[in-house]
Amino acid sequence: MDTKTSNIQRLSNPTARWLSIAGFFAVMFLVIGSVYYATYTVDYIWRWYKVPKYFAYVETVKIYSDSMGEVKEIKPNGDKFDLVIGGGQGDKTYTVPEDSYNLNEGDLVNEGERIAEYPGGWKPGLLTIGLWTTLKISFISTIIGILLGIIGGVARVSDTPVLKWTAITYVEIIRGSPLLVQIMIAYFVLGTTINKLLAMNGFGIINPEWYGIAALSIFTGAYVVEIVRAGIESIHPGQIEAARSSGMNYFQSMYHIILPQALKTILPPLAGQFINLIKDSSLLGMISIRELTKATREGITTSLQTFELWILCAILYLLMTFTLSMFIQYLERRTATK
Amino acid sequence: MIEVNNIYKTFFVPHEVKALVDVSNKIELGEVVVVIGPSGSGKSTFLRCLNRLETADTGQILVDGVDIFDPKTNINTVRAEMGMVFQSFNLFPHLSILGNVSIAQKLVRKRSKKDREKKAMMLLEKVGIGDKAHAYPSNLSGGQQQRVAIARALAMDPKIMLFDEPTSALDPEMIGEVLDVMKALAKEGMTMVCVTHEMGFAREVADRVIFMDEGQVIEEGTPEHFFTNPENDRTKLFLNQIL
Repeated sequence: MDTKTSNIQRLSNPTARWLSIAGFFAVMFLVIGSVYYATYTVDYIWRWYKVPKYFAYVETVKIYSDSMGEVKEIKPNGDKFDLVIGGGQGDKTYTVPEDSYNLNEGDLVNEGERIAEYPGGWKPGLLTIGLWTTLKISFISTIIGILLGIIGGVARVSDTPVLKWTAITYVEIIRGSPLLVQIMIAYFVLGTTINKLLAMNGFGIINPEWYGIAALSIFTGAYVVEIVRAGIESIHPGQIEAARSSGMNYFQSMYHIILPQALKTILPPLAGQFINLIKDSSLLGMISIRELTKATREGITTSLQTFELWILCAILYLLMTFTLSMFIQYLERRTATK
Repeated sequence: MIEVNNIYKTFFVPHEVKALVDVSNKIELGEVVVVIGPSGSGKSTFLRCLNRLETADTGQILVDGVDIFDPKTNINTVRAEMGMVFQSFNLFPHLSILGNVSIAQKLVRKRSKKDREKKAMMLLEKVGIGDKAHAYPSNLSGGQQQRVAIARALAMDPKIMLFDEPTSALDPEMIGEVLDVMKALAKEGMTMVCVTHEMGFAREVADRVIFMDEGQVIEEGTPEHFFTNPENDRTKLFLNQIL
Protein backbone atom coordinates (compact mmCIF):
# COMPACT_ATOMS: atom_id res chain seq x y z
CA MET A 1 0.00 0.00 0.00
CA ASP A 2 1.07 3.53 -0.71
CA THR A 3 2.54 5.07 2.41
CA LYS A 4 1.69 8.59 1.32
CA THR A 5 -1.77 9.82 2.29
CA SER A 6 -3.52 12.96 1.12
CA ASN A 7 -5.12 15.41 3.51
CA ILE A 8 -8.53 14.16 2.50
CA GLN A 9 -7.61 10.60 3.38
CA ARG A 10 -6.15 11.80 6.64
CA LEU A 11 -9.42 13.50 7.61
CA SER A 12 -11.50 10.52 6.59
CA ASN A 13 -9.59 8.48 9.14
CA PRO A 14 -12.10 8.28 12.04
CA THR A 15 -9.58 8.96 14.82
CA ALA A 16 -8.18 12.02 13.06
CA ARG A 17 -11.68 13.29 12.43
CA TRP A 18 -12.70 12.95 16.06
CA LEU A 19 -9.50 14.62 17.18
CA SER A 20 -10.20 17.50 14.83
CA ILE A 21 -13.74 17.91 16.16
CA ALA A 22 -12.42 17.79 19.71
CA GLY A 23 -9.89 20.43 18.71
CA PHE A 24 -12.70 22.75 17.58
CA PHE A 25 -14.46 22.48 20.92
CA ALA A 26 -11.16 22.92 22.73
CA VAL A 27 -10.54 26.20 20.90
CA MET A 28 -14.05 27.47 21.64
CA PHE A 29 -13.75 26.44 25.30
CA LEU A 30 -10.37 28.11 25.57
CA VAL A 31 -11.56 31.42 24.12
CA ILE A 32 -14.75 31.63 26.21
CA GLY A 33 -12.98 30.27 29.28
CA SER A 34 -10.18 32.81 29.16
CA VAL A 35 -12.61 35.72 28.76
CA TYR A 36 -14.58 34.43 31.72
CA TYR A 37 -11.45 33.96 33.77
CA ALA A 38 -10.20 37.43 32.90
CA THR A 39 -13.46 38.99 34.13
CA TYR A 40 -13.04 37.21 37.47
CA THR A 41 -9.53 38.59 37.71
CA VAL A 42 -10.89 42.13 37.46
CA ASP A 43 -13.49 41.27 40.14
CA TYR A 44 -16.57 41.30 37.97
CA ILE A 45 -19.37 39.44 39.70
CA TRP A 46 -21.60 37.56 37.29
CA ARG A 47 -25.24 37.57 38.30
CA TRP A 48 -27.04 35.67 35.56
CA TYR A 49 -29.92 35.02 37.96
CA LYS A 50 -30.83 38.70 37.70
CA VAL A 51 -31.30 38.44 33.96
CA PRO A 52 -34.64 36.60 33.50
CA LYS A 53 -36.65 39.51 34.86
CA TYR A 54 -35.55 41.53 31.84
CA PHE A 55 -37.50 39.12 29.68
CA ALA A 56 -40.61 38.78 31.82
CA TYR A 57 -41.52 39.36 35.41
CA VAL A 58 -44.53 39.04 37.67
CA GLU A 59 -45.89 42.45 38.44
CA THR A 60 -46.59 43.28 42.08
CA VAL A 61 -49.97 44.94 42.47
CA LYS A 62 -50.29 47.35 45.39
CA ILE A 63 -53.65 48.72 46.51
CA TYR A 64 -53.73 52.02 48.37
CA SER A 65 -56.64 53.47 50.25
CA ASP A 66 -58.22 56.54 48.67
CA SER A 67 -59.38 58.03 51.92
CA MET A 68 -59.09 57.74 55.66
CA GLY A 69 -61.66 55.48 57.26
CA GLU A 70 -62.56 52.34 59.11
CA VAL A 71 -62.72 48.82 57.76
CA LYS A 72 -66.45 48.21 58.09
CA GLU A 73 -66.75 44.78 56.64
CA ILE A 74 -64.72 41.98 55.06
CA LYS A 75 -66.87 39.59 53.05
CA PRO A 76 -66.00 36.86 50.56
CA ASN A 77 -66.73 37.56 46.93
CA GLY A 78 -66.12 34.42 44.88
CA ASP A 79 -62.54 33.36 45.61
CA LYS A 80 -61.63 36.96 46.53
CA PHE A 81 -62.60 39.24 49.35
CA ASP A 82 -64.37 42.62 49.40
CA LEU A 83 -62.93 45.14 51.86
CA VAL A 84 -65.50 47.82 52.61
CA ILE A 85 -63.91 50.95 54.02
CA GLY A 86 -66.20 53.67 55.30
CA GLY A 87 -65.00 57.24 55.50
CA GLY A 88 -66.07 60.83 55.13
CA GLN A 89 -67.05 60.43 51.48
CA GLY A 90 -69.05 57.25 52.05
CA ASP A 91 -68.20 53.54 51.70
CA LYS A 92 -65.67 52.27 49.24
CA THR A 93 -65.16 48.61 48.27
CA TYR A 94 -61.79 47.08 47.29
CA THR A 95 -61.78 43.56 45.84
CA VAL A 96 -58.50 41.77 46.63
CA PRO A 97 -57.28 38.12 46.75
CA GLU A 98 -57.14 36.16 49.94
CA ASP A 99 -54.05 36.67 52.15
CA SER A 100 -53.06 39.85 50.34
CA TYR A 101 -54.17 42.10 53.16
CA ASN A 102 -53.38 42.37 56.81
CA LEU A 103 -56.50 44.06 58.15
CA ASN A 104 -59.36 43.16 60.40
CA GLU A 105 -62.85 44.60 60.66
CA GLY A 106 -62.74 47.73 62.73
CA ASP A 107 -59.14 48.69 61.84
CA LEU A 108 -58.44 52.26 60.86
CA VAL A 109 -56.68 53.07 57.61
CA ASN A 110 -55.10 56.35 56.61
CA GLU A 111 -55.41 57.99 53.22
CA GLY A 112 -52.75 56.54 50.90
CA GLU A 113 -52.03 53.60 53.18
CA ARG A 114 -51.23 50.34 51.49
CA ILE A 115 -54.09 47.98 52.22
CA ALA A 116 -53.12 45.04 50.02
CA GLU A 117 -50.24 43.69 47.98
CA TYR A 118 -50.36 40.65 45.69
CA PRO A 119 -48.69 39.29 42.55
CA GLY A 120 -50.45 40.38 39.38
CA GLY A 121 -49.97 38.94 35.88
CA TRP A 122 -46.79 38.42 33.85
CA LYS A 123 -45.35 41.54 32.27
CA PRO A 124 -42.83 41.72 29.39
CA GLY A 125 -39.40 42.85 30.55
CA LEU A 126 -37.21 45.52 28.98
CA LEU A 127 -35.37 43.15 26.66
CA THR A 128 -38.63 41.64 25.40
CA ILE A 129 -40.02 45.10 24.69
CA GLY A 130 -36.80 46.07 22.91
CA LEU A 131 -36.69 42.83 20.94
CA TRP A 132 -40.29 43.29 19.83
CA THR A 133 -39.63 46.90 18.74
CA THR A 134 -36.53 45.86 16.80
CA LEU A 135 -38.45 43.04 15.08
CA LYS A 136 -41.38 45.30 14.26
CA ILE A 137 -39.20 48.11 12.89
CA SER A 138 -37.01 45.73 10.90
CA PHE A 139 -40.01 43.94 9.42
CA ILE A 140 -41.79 47.11 8.30
CA SER A 141 -38.54 48.63 6.97
CA THR A 142 -37.76 45.42 5.05
CA ILE A 143 -41.14 45.49 3.31
CA ILE A 144 -40.84 49.19 2.40
CA GLY A 145 -37.18 48.69 1.43
CA ILE A 146 -38.09 45.86 -0.97
CA LEU A 147 -40.82 47.96 -2.58
CA LEU A 148 -38.52 50.99 -2.95
CA GLY A 149 -35.74 48.76 -4.27
CA ILE A 150 -37.85 47.02 -6.90
CA ILE A 151 -39.48 50.24 -8.11
CA GLY A 152 -36.10 52.00 -8.08
CA GLY A 153 -34.33 49.07 -9.75
CA VAL A 154 -36.83 48.93 -12.61
CA ALA A 155 -36.57 52.72 -12.96
CA ARG A 156 -32.76 52.46 -12.87
CA VAL A 157 -32.60 50.23 -15.97
CA SER A 158 -35.27 52.11 -17.93
CA ASP A 159 -34.36 54.47 -20.77
CA THR A 160 -36.65 57.29 -19.61
CA PRO A 161 -34.51 60.07 -18.10
CA VAL A 162 -37.04 61.08 -15.42
CA LEU A 163 -37.08 57.53 -14.05
CA LYS A 164 -33.43 56.66 -14.58
CA TRP A 165 -31.94 59.91 -13.26
CA THR A 166 -34.26 60.03 -10.25
CA ALA A 167 -33.20 56.50 -9.34
CA ILE A 168 -29.48 57.32 -9.77
CA THR A 169 -29.78 60.48 -7.67
CA TYR A 170 -31.62 58.63 -4.92
CA VAL A 171 -29.01 55.87 -4.78
CA GLU A 172 -25.99 58.17 -4.87
CA ILE A 173 -27.29 60.59 -2.23
CA ILE A 174 -28.36 57.88 0.21
CA ARG A 175 -25.24 55.76 -0.21
CA GLY A 176 -23.03 58.79 0.24
CA SER A 177 -23.80 59.65 3.85
CA PRO A 178 -23.78 57.68 7.12
CA LEU A 179 -27.02 56.10 8.27
CA LEU A 180 -26.70 57.74 11.67
CA VAL A 181 -26.66 61.17 10.05
CA GLN A 182 -29.67 60.25 7.94
CA ILE A 183 -31.57 59.11 11.04
CA MET A 184 -30.77 62.44 12.70
CA ILE A 185 -31.95 64.35 9.62
CA ALA A 186 -35.10 62.23 9.39
CA TYR A 187 -36.00 62.89 13.01
CA PHE A 188 -34.62 66.31 13.88
CA VAL A 189 -35.01 68.05 10.52
CA LEU A 190 -37.86 66.34 8.68
CA GLY A 191 -39.54 65.13 11.86
CA THR A 192 -39.57 68.55 13.47
CA THR A 193 -40.86 70.20 10.30
CA ILE A 194 -43.56 67.64 9.63
CA ASN A 195 -44.72 67.48 13.24
CA LYS A 196 -44.93 71.28 13.45
CA LEU A 197 -46.86 71.43 10.18
CA LEU A 198 -49.22 68.74 11.46
CA ALA A 199 -49.69 70.54 14.79
CA MET A 200 -50.36 73.85 13.05
CA ASN A 201 -53.11 72.21 11.03
CA GLY A 202 -54.65 70.50 14.01
CA PHE A 203 -53.37 66.95 13.49
CA GLY A 204 -51.58 64.76 16.01
CA ILE A 205 -47.82 64.37 15.73
CA ILE A 206 -46.15 61.29 14.26
CA ASN A 207 -44.35 58.88 16.59
CA PRO A 208 -40.49 58.90 16.34
CA GLU A 209 -40.68 55.19 15.43
CA TRP A 210 -42.09 56.12 12.05
CA TYR A 211 -39.26 58.53 11.31
CA GLY A 212 -36.85 55.77 12.26
CA ILE A 213 -38.62 53.32 9.96
CA ALA A 214 -38.57 55.90 7.15
CA ALA A 215 -34.81 56.49 7.55
CA LEU A 216 -34.02 52.75 7.66
CA SER A 217 -36.20 51.80 4.70
CA ILE A 218 -34.99 54.65 2.50
CA PHE A 219 -31.39 53.72 3.36
CA THR A 220 -31.92 50.00 2.67
CA GLY A 221 -33.97 50.77 -0.46
CA ALA A 222 -31.01 52.54 -2.07
CA TYR A 223 -28.85 49.42 -1.73
CA VAL A 224 -31.68 47.17 -2.90
CA VAL A 225 -32.01 49.32 -6.05
CA GLU A 226 -28.46 48.38 -7.02
CA ILE A 227 -29.04 44.72 -6.14
CA VAL A 228 -32.21 44.62 -8.26
CA ARG A 229 -30.43 46.40 -11.12
CA ALA A 230 -27.62 43.85 -11.09
CA GLY A 231 -30.23 41.06 -11.02
CA ILE A 232 -32.12 42.50 -13.99
CA GLU A 233 -28.92 43.05 -15.95
CA SER A 234 -27.89 39.45 -15.34
CA ILE A 235 -30.85 38.28 -17.44
CA HIS A 236 -30.07 37.70 -21.12
CA PRO A 237 -31.34 40.66 -23.21
CA GLY A 238 -33.07 38.15 -25.49
CA GLN A 239 -35.61 37.60 -22.73
CA ILE A 240 -36.92 41.15 -22.79
CA GLU A 241 -36.75 41.18 -26.60
CA ALA A 242 -38.86 38.05 -26.74
CA ALA A 243 -41.34 39.54 -24.30
CA ARG A 244 -41.52 42.93 -25.98
CA SER A 245 -41.74 41.47 -29.50
CA SER A 246 -44.87 39.56 -28.48
CA GLY A 247 -46.55 42.87 -27.66
CA MET A 248 -46.10 43.01 -23.90
CA ASN A 249 -45.35 46.48 -22.58
CA TYR A 250 -42.26 47.36 -20.55
CA PHE A 251 -43.82 46.80 -17.14
CA GLN A 252 -45.54 43.56 -18.11
CA SER A 253 -42.21 42.23 -19.41
CA MET A 254 -40.45 43.29 -16.21
CA TYR A 255 -43.06 41.89 -13.84
CA HIS A 256 -43.84 38.61 -15.61
CA ILE A 257 -40.59 37.76 -17.38
CA ILE A 258 -37.52 39.53 -16.01
CA LEU A 259 -38.11 39.94 -12.26
CA PRO A 260 -39.10 36.29 -11.60
CA GLN A 261 -35.84 35.21 -13.22
CA ALA A 262 -33.77 37.94 -11.58
CA LEU A 263 -35.01 36.86 -8.15
CA LYS A 264 -32.52 33.98 -8.10
CA THR A 265 -29.52 36.32 -8.43
CA ILE A 266 -31.09 38.93 -6.16
CA LEU A 267 -31.81 36.75 -3.13
CA PRO A 268 -28.32 36.15 -1.67
CA PRO A 269 -27.19 39.83 -1.61
CA LEU A 270 -30.68 40.79 -0.47
CA ALA A 271 -30.28 38.54 2.57
CA GLY A 272 -27.07 40.33 3.50
CA GLN A 273 -28.81 43.67 3.13
CA PHE A 274 -31.66 42.76 5.46
CA ILE A 275 -29.31 41.27 8.01
CA ASN A 276 -27.56 44.64 7.97
CA LEU A 277 -30.93 46.32 8.40
CA ILE A 278 -31.63 44.43 11.62
CA LYS A 279 -28.21 45.38 12.97
CA ASP A 280 -28.49 48.99 11.80
CA SER A 281 -31.78 49.40 13.64
CA SER A 282 -29.63 49.59 16.79
CA LEU A 283 -28.85 53.19 15.79
CA LEU A 284 -32.48 54.20 16.30
CA GLY A 285 -31.87 54.40 20.03
CA MET A 286 -30.33 57.78 19.23
CA ILE A 287 -33.78 59.21 18.51
CA SER A 288 -35.26 57.71 21.68
CA ILE A 289 -36.81 54.65 20.12
CA ARG A 290 -36.60 51.87 22.66
CA GLU A 291 -35.28 49.10 20.45
CA LEU A 292 -33.12 46.25 21.69
CA THR A 293 -29.88 48.21 22.12
CA LYS A 294 -31.53 51.11 23.91
CA ALA A 295 -33.53 48.71 26.09
CA THR A 296 -30.27 46.98 27.03
CA ARG A 297 -28.71 50.32 27.96
CA GLU A 298 -31.72 51.14 30.12
CA GLY A 299 -31.51 47.73 31.76
CA ILE A 300 -27.88 48.32 32.60
CA THR A 301 -28.53 51.68 34.23
CA THR A 302 -30.91 50.02 36.69
CA SER A 303 -29.17 46.68 37.26
CA LEU A 304 -25.49 47.49 36.59
CA GLN A 305 -25.17 43.97 35.12
CA THR A 306 -23.20 45.35 32.17
CA PHE A 307 -21.51 42.18 30.98
CA GLU A 308 -24.54 39.90 31.11
CA LEU A 309 -26.91 42.29 29.38
CA TRP A 310 -24.58 43.29 26.52
CA ILE A 311 -23.71 39.66 25.83
CA LEU A 312 -27.38 38.77 25.89
CA CYS A 313 -28.15 41.68 23.59
CA ALA A 314 -25.59 40.39 21.07
CA ILE A 315 -27.01 36.87 21.29
CA LEU A 316 -30.53 38.16 20.62
CA TYR A 317 -29.34 40.01 17.49
CA LEU A 318 -27.53 36.86 16.40
CA LEU A 319 -30.74 34.85 16.82
CA MET A 320 -32.67 37.28 14.61
CA THR A 321 -30.07 37.50 11.87
CA PHE A 322 -29.45 33.76 11.88
CA THR A 323 -33.17 33.00 11.55
CA LEU A 324 -33.44 35.42 8.62
CA SER A 325 -30.42 33.92 6.94
CA MET A 326 -31.89 30.41 7.30
CA PHE A 327 -35.20 31.62 5.86
CA ILE A 328 -33.51 33.16 2.82
CA GLN A 329 -31.50 30.00 2.24
CA TYR A 330 -34.78 28.10 2.24
CA LEU A 331 -36.18 30.53 -0.36
CA GLU A 332 -33.05 30.11 -2.48
CA ARG A 333 -33.47 26.34 -2.47
CA ARG A 334 -37.08 26.73 -3.49
CA THR A 335 -36.39 29.07 -6.41
CA ALA A 336 -33.43 26.92 -7.50
CA THR A 337 -35.58 23.84 -8.18
CA LYS A 338 -37.22 25.43 -11.22
CA MET B 1 -48.14 44.89 -46.02
CA ILE B 2 -44.73 46.23 -44.97
CA GLU B 3 -43.12 49.12 -46.76
CA VAL B 4 -39.50 49.99 -45.96
CA ASN B 5 -38.37 53.36 -47.29
CA ASN B 6 -34.71 54.37 -47.32
CA ILE B 7 -33.66 53.30 -43.82
CA TYR B 8 -30.19 53.95 -42.45
CA LYS B 9 -28.75 52.52 -39.26
CA THR B 10 -25.27 53.05 -37.83
CA PHE B 11 -23.90 51.43 -34.69
CA PHE B 12 -21.11 53.05 -32.72
CA VAL B 13 -20.16 50.09 -30.57
CA PRO B 14 -17.19 49.79 -30.50
CA HIS B 15 -16.44 51.41 -33.87
CA GLU B 16 -18.70 53.01 -36.39
CA VAL B 17 -20.46 50.25 -38.29
CA LYS B 18 -22.91 51.07 -41.06
CA ALA B 19 -25.44 48.31 -40.52
CA LEU B 20 -28.05 49.58 -42.99
CA VAL B 21 -27.43 51.93 -45.86
CA ASP B 22 -30.45 53.20 -47.78
CA VAL B 23 -32.49 50.00 -47.62
CA SER B 24 -35.91 50.00 -49.23
CA ASN B 25 -38.25 47.10 -49.76
CA LYS B 26 -41.83 46.06 -49.95
CA ILE B 27 -43.23 42.88 -48.48
CA GLU B 28 -46.62 41.80 -49.76
CA LEU B 29 -49.31 39.88 -47.93
CA GLY B 30 -48.74 36.13 -48.18
CA GLU B 31 -45.19 36.52 -49.46
CA VAL B 32 -42.29 34.45 -48.16
CA VAL B 33 -39.12 36.54 -48.26
CA VAL B 34 -35.74 35.02 -47.42
CA VAL B 35 -32.90 37.38 -46.56
CA ILE B 36 -29.39 35.98 -47.02
CA GLY B 37 -25.92 37.40 -46.84
CA PRO B 38 -22.59 37.04 -45.07
CA SER B 39 -22.41 37.73 -41.34
CA GLY B 40 -22.29 41.42 -40.52
CA SER B 41 -24.18 42.28 -43.68
CA GLY B 42 -27.04 43.95 -41.76
CA LYS B 43 -29.69 41.34 -42.48
CA SER B 44 -30.54 40.78 -38.80
CA THR B 45 -30.63 44.54 -38.19
CA PHE B 46 -33.01 44.88 -41.13
CA LEU B 47 -35.30 42.24 -39.64
CA ARG B 48 -35.14 43.74 -36.16
CA CYS B 49 -36.08 47.15 -37.55
CA LEU B 50 -39.33 45.70 -38.90
CA ASN B 51 -40.79 45.43 -35.37
CA ARG B 52 -38.70 48.25 -33.92
CA LEU B 53 -36.39 46.09 -31.81
CA GLU B 54 -33.91 48.44 -33.48
CA THR B 55 -34.80 51.99 -34.43
CA ALA B 56 -33.54 53.22 -37.78
CA ASP B 57 -31.60 56.49 -37.76
CA THR B 58 -33.50 57.84 -40.74
CA GLY B 59 -36.11 56.44 -43.06
CA GLN B 60 -39.56 55.06 -42.61
CA ILE B 61 -41.20 51.69 -42.12
CA LEU B 62 -44.93 51.34 -42.67
CA VAL B 63 -46.65 48.24 -41.32
CA ASP B 64 -50.20 48.10 -42.68
CA GLY B 65 -49.85 51.82 -43.32
CA VAL B 66 -48.73 52.61 -39.74
CA ASP B 67 -45.42 54.42 -39.36
CA ILE B 68 -43.73 52.38 -36.64
CA PHE B 69 -41.00 54.94 -35.87
CA ASP B 70 -43.61 57.61 -35.17
CA PRO B 71 -43.50 58.26 -31.40
CA LYS B 72 -47.31 58.41 -31.36
CA THR B 73 -47.60 54.84 -32.64
CA ASN B 74 -48.38 52.29 -29.94
CA ILE B 75 -45.66 49.82 -30.85
CA ASN B 76 -47.16 47.10 -28.65
CA THR B 77 -50.26 46.77 -30.81
CA VAL B 78 -48.07 46.62 -33.93
CA ARG B 79 -45.80 44.00 -32.38
CA ALA B 80 -48.77 41.90 -31.33
CA GLU B 81 -49.50 41.36 -35.03
CA MET B 82 -45.89 40.34 -35.79
CA GLY B 83 -44.51 37.07 -34.44
CA MET B 84 -40.77 36.86 -33.97
CA VAL B 85 -38.52 33.80 -33.67
CA PHE B 86 -34.94 34.27 -32.47
CA GLN B 87 -31.71 32.45 -33.12
CA SER B 88 -31.28 31.65 -29.42
CA PHE B 89 -34.99 30.69 -28.93
CA ASN B 90 -35.35 33.00 -25.89
CA LEU B 91 -37.98 30.83 -24.24
CA PHE B 92 -38.89 31.97 -20.73
CA PRO B 93 -37.05 29.45 -18.52
CA HIS B 94 -39.21 30.07 -15.44
CA LEU B 95 -42.43 29.15 -17.25
CA SER B 96 -43.61 25.75 -18.48
CA ILE B 97 -43.99 25.19 -22.22
CA LEU B 98 -47.71 25.81 -21.85
CA GLY B 99 -46.95 28.99 -19.87
CA ASN B 100 -44.55 30.19 -22.56
CA VAL B 101 -47.19 29.82 -25.26
CA SER B 102 -49.95 31.28 -23.07
CA ILE B 103 -48.47 34.29 -21.33
CA ALA B 104 -48.67 36.85 -24.14
CA GLN B 105 -52.16 35.64 -25.02
CA LYS B 106 -53.11 36.40 -21.43
CA LEU B 107 -51.36 39.77 -21.08
CA VAL B 108 -51.80 41.20 -24.57
CA ARG B 109 -54.81 39.44 -26.09
CA LYS B 110 -56.60 39.15 -22.72
CA ARG B 111 -57.88 35.69 -23.58
CA SER B 112 -59.53 33.51 -20.96
CA LYS B 113 -57.53 30.67 -19.43
CA LYS B 114 -59.62 28.11 -21.29
CA ASP B 115 -59.21 29.85 -24.66
CA ARG B 116 -55.50 30.42 -24.38
CA GLU B 117 -54.74 26.89 -23.22
CA LYS B 118 -56.86 25.46 -26.00
CA LYS B 119 -54.99 27.61 -28.51
CA ALA B 120 -51.63 26.70 -26.97
CA MET B 121 -52.34 22.96 -27.05
CA MET B 122 -53.55 23.19 -30.64
CA LEU B 123 -50.32 24.94 -31.71
CA LEU B 124 -48.08 22.62 -29.70
CA GLU B 125 -49.75 19.64 -31.40
CA LYS B 126 -49.18 21.37 -34.71
CA VAL B 127 -45.44 21.77 -34.12
CA GLY B 128 -45.31 18.20 -32.78
CA ILE B 129 -44.65 18.66 -29.05
CA GLY B 130 -48.10 18.41 -27.51
CA ASP B 131 -46.82 15.81 -25.04
CA LYS B 132 -44.28 18.25 -23.54
CA ALA B 133 -46.77 20.95 -22.58
CA HIS B 134 -45.97 20.69 -18.87
CA ALA B 135 -42.20 20.35 -19.21
CA TYR B 136 -39.83 23.30 -18.78
CA PRO B 137 -37.65 24.72 -21.58
CA SER B 138 -34.46 23.32 -20.03
CA ASN B 139 -35.84 19.79 -20.46
CA LEU B 140 -36.19 20.21 -24.22
CA SER B 141 -33.70 19.79 -27.05
CA GLY B 142 -32.76 22.83 -29.14
CA GLY B 143 -35.03 21.79 -32.00
CA GLN B 144 -37.95 21.29 -29.66
CA GLN B 145 -37.31 24.66 -28.00
CA GLN B 146 -37.30 26.43 -31.34
CA ARG B 147 -40.58 24.76 -32.30
CA VAL B 148 -42.07 25.97 -29.01
CA ALA B 149 -40.79 29.46 -29.86
CA ILE B 150 -42.62 29.26 -33.19
CA ALA B 151 -45.80 28.11 -31.45
CA ARG B 152 -45.39 30.96 -28.95
CA ALA B 153 -45.23 33.50 -31.78
CA LEU B 154 -48.17 31.90 -33.63
CA ALA B 155 -50.33 31.97 -30.49
CA MET B 156 -50.86 35.69 -31.01
CA ASP B 157 -52.42 35.05 -34.45
CA PRO B 158 -49.84 37.28 -36.14
CA LYS B 159 -50.27 38.57 -39.66
CA ILE B 160 -46.57 38.19 -40.32
CA MET B 161 -43.78 36.04 -38.92
CA LEU B 162 -40.17 37.22 -38.60
CA PHE B 163 -37.44 34.58 -38.31
CA ASP B 164 -33.97 35.68 -37.22
CA GLU B 165 -31.64 32.79 -38.16
CA PRO B 166 -33.93 30.25 -36.50
CA THR B 167 -31.71 27.25 -37.23
CA SER B 168 -28.22 28.70 -36.71
CA ALA B 169 -27.95 27.63 -33.08
CA LEU B 170 -29.20 24.11 -33.69
CA ASP B 171 -27.39 20.81 -33.98
CA PRO B 172 -27.51 19.62 -37.63
CA GLU B 173 -29.90 16.76 -36.93
CA MET B 174 -32.46 19.14 -35.45
CA ILE B 175 -32.51 21.69 -38.26
CA GLY B 176 -34.88 19.57 -40.33
CA GLU B 177 -37.67 19.47 -37.76
CA VAL B 178 -37.71 23.26 -37.44
CA LEU B 179 -37.55 23.83 -41.19
CA ASP B 180 -40.47 21.41 -41.66
CA VAL B 181 -42.61 23.54 -39.33
CA MET B 182 -41.61 26.68 -41.23
CA LYS B 183 -42.36 25.07 -44.60
CA ALA B 184 -45.80 24.00 -43.40
CA LEU B 185 -46.40 27.57 -42.25
CA ALA B 186 -45.37 28.95 -45.65
CA LYS B 187 -47.74 26.54 -47.40
CA GLU B 188 -50.61 27.84 -45.27
CA GLY B 189 -49.99 31.25 -46.79
CA MET B 190 -48.37 32.97 -43.79
CA THR B 191 -46.46 36.12 -44.63
CA MET B 192 -42.87 35.41 -43.59
CA VAL B 193 -39.53 37.20 -43.53
CA CYS B 194 -36.66 34.80 -42.77
CA VAL B 195 -33.03 35.61 -42.24
CA THR B 196 -31.31 32.28 -42.74
CA HIS B 197 -28.30 30.43 -44.08
CA GLU B 198 -30.46 27.48 -45.20
CA MET B 199 -30.18 27.75 -48.97
CA GLY B 200 -32.26 24.61 -49.49
CA PHE B 201 -35.10 26.20 -47.56
CA ALA B 202 -34.74 29.43 -49.55
CA ARG B 203 -34.84 27.58 -52.84
CA GLU B 204 -37.84 25.50 -51.84
CA VAL B 205 -40.24 27.93 -50.19
CA ALA B 206 -39.13 31.51 -50.87
CA ASP B 207 -41.17 33.68 -53.18
CA ARG B 208 -38.33 36.15 -53.22
CA VAL B 209 -34.70 36.10 -52.06
CA ILE B 210 -32.92 39.23 -50.92
CA PHE B 211 -29.12 39.24 -50.81
CA MET B 212 -27.54 41.81 -48.51
CA ASP B 213 -23.93 42.83 -48.03
CA GLU B 214 -22.37 45.71 -46.10
CA GLY B 215 -25.76 47.08 -45.16
CA GLN B 216 -27.11 47.24 -48.68
CA VAL B 217 -29.51 45.16 -50.72
CA ILE B 218 -27.22 43.89 -53.48
CA GLU B 219 -29.62 41.75 -55.41
CA GLU B 220 -33.11 40.34 -55.12
CA GLY B 221 -35.31 38.07 -57.17
CA THR B 222 -37.07 34.73 -57.37
CA PRO B 223 -35.07 31.74 -56.09
CA GLU B 224 -34.76 30.29 -59.61
CA HIS B 225 -33.25 33.47 -60.91
CA PHE B 226 -31.17 34.06 -57.81
CA PHE B 227 -29.55 30.64 -57.51
CA THR B 228 -29.17 29.81 -61.21
CA ASN B 229 -27.98 33.04 -62.81
CA PRO B 230 -27.12 35.73 -60.27
CA GLU B 231 -26.05 38.99 -61.87
CA ASN B 232 -23.94 40.70 -59.24
CA ASP B 233 -20.35 39.61 -58.67
CA ARG B 234 -20.65 39.73 -54.91
CA THR B 235 -23.69 37.47 -55.07
CA LYS B 236 -21.79 35.02 -57.24
CA LEU B 237 -18.86 35.02 -54.84
CA PHE B 238 -21.11 34.45 -51.84
CA LEU B 239 -23.01 31.63 -53.51
CA ASN B 240 -19.76 30.00 -54.58
CA GLN B 241 -18.51 30.04 -51.01
CA ILE B 242 -21.71 28.73 -49.49
CA LEU B 243 -22.96 26.15 -52.02
